[in-house]
Amino acid sequence: MTLSTNESDDDRLDRAFVALGDPVRRAIIARLSTGPATVNELAEPFSITTQAISRHIQVLEQAGLVTRSRDAQRRPVHLAPAELERLTAWIDRYRLGTEQRFRALDAVLTTTRSTERKDPS
Amino acid sequence: MTNPVTITAPQGLPFIDITREFDAPVAAVFDAYRDPELFARWVGPRDLGIQLEHYDFSTGGGYRFLNTDDHGNTFGFNGVFHVVRENEFAIQTFEFEGVPDVVSIESMTLTPLDGDRTRLSIHAVYPSLEARDGMIASDMESGMREGYEKLDELLAEKAAKPA
Repeated sequence: MTLSTNESDDDRLDRAFVALGDPVRRAIIARLSTGPATVNELAEPFSITTQAISRHIQVLEQAGLVTRSRDAQRRPVHLAPAELERLTAWIDRYRLGTEQRFRALDAVLTTTRSTERKDPS
Repeated sequence: MTNPVTITAPQGLPFIDITREFDAPVAAVFDAYRDPELFARWVGPRDLGIQLEHYDFSTGGGYRFLNTDDHGNTFGFNGVFHVVRENEFAIQTFEFEGVPDVVSIESMTLTPLDGDRTRLSIHAVYPSLEARDGMIASDMESGMREGYEKLDELLAEKAAKPA
């Protein structure tokens, strides 16, 4: 299935989606949607080291999804609004997550209805 | 054959509208929301295991569920059901506990259609555009990848089961 017409767009999106292919990195993105945070703050909710969190942030940074203030001592991590906007404009990708849930619901409905049909009507 | 999902995320407004039709009557769709066992079967797990801590789909009720990844990280989600009207309508809140206090409010309407079919309409309101876009981005990739995997599984399951 092709959702894009532009190859370089596709490459950038692929990098972004690979970066988001991890629940910890998705949680970091969700956290940063409320405002910038330091590595220590981002590491807090997880049972992994700050070094591991730093690696996750690097992946997000390489995908252009987050930036870090270079000069500030605390080097807080920010969402990169432009790249995020490009992603959210790519609503078909989000559609698939929703679609997946609803297809699972279809499957549940098929099962429950076939159970009903066992009764002679 | 599958029913298309329509998603609208208007620019500049912190809303998401979702519409989807189902080849099942309203009562069956409502039941798939109300029955915790059925709900757990379709709302997750995406790439994570799902564990319903409590789930009461009724006016004044609420829910909390946990997703756990391979490294033991737990992602909690919770909310309350402000109103639930049988086979018709519900309003619920939704909070990802990794981002506390950022709560979306989702209205859900079930409309009966001809031929024992149902239209589900969801209108979600987020506290800010950033919250909405962060939510979309953090939810998106897993959907892209696992949408296909899950589809394969469902197709296999359907093929294995006599219609």
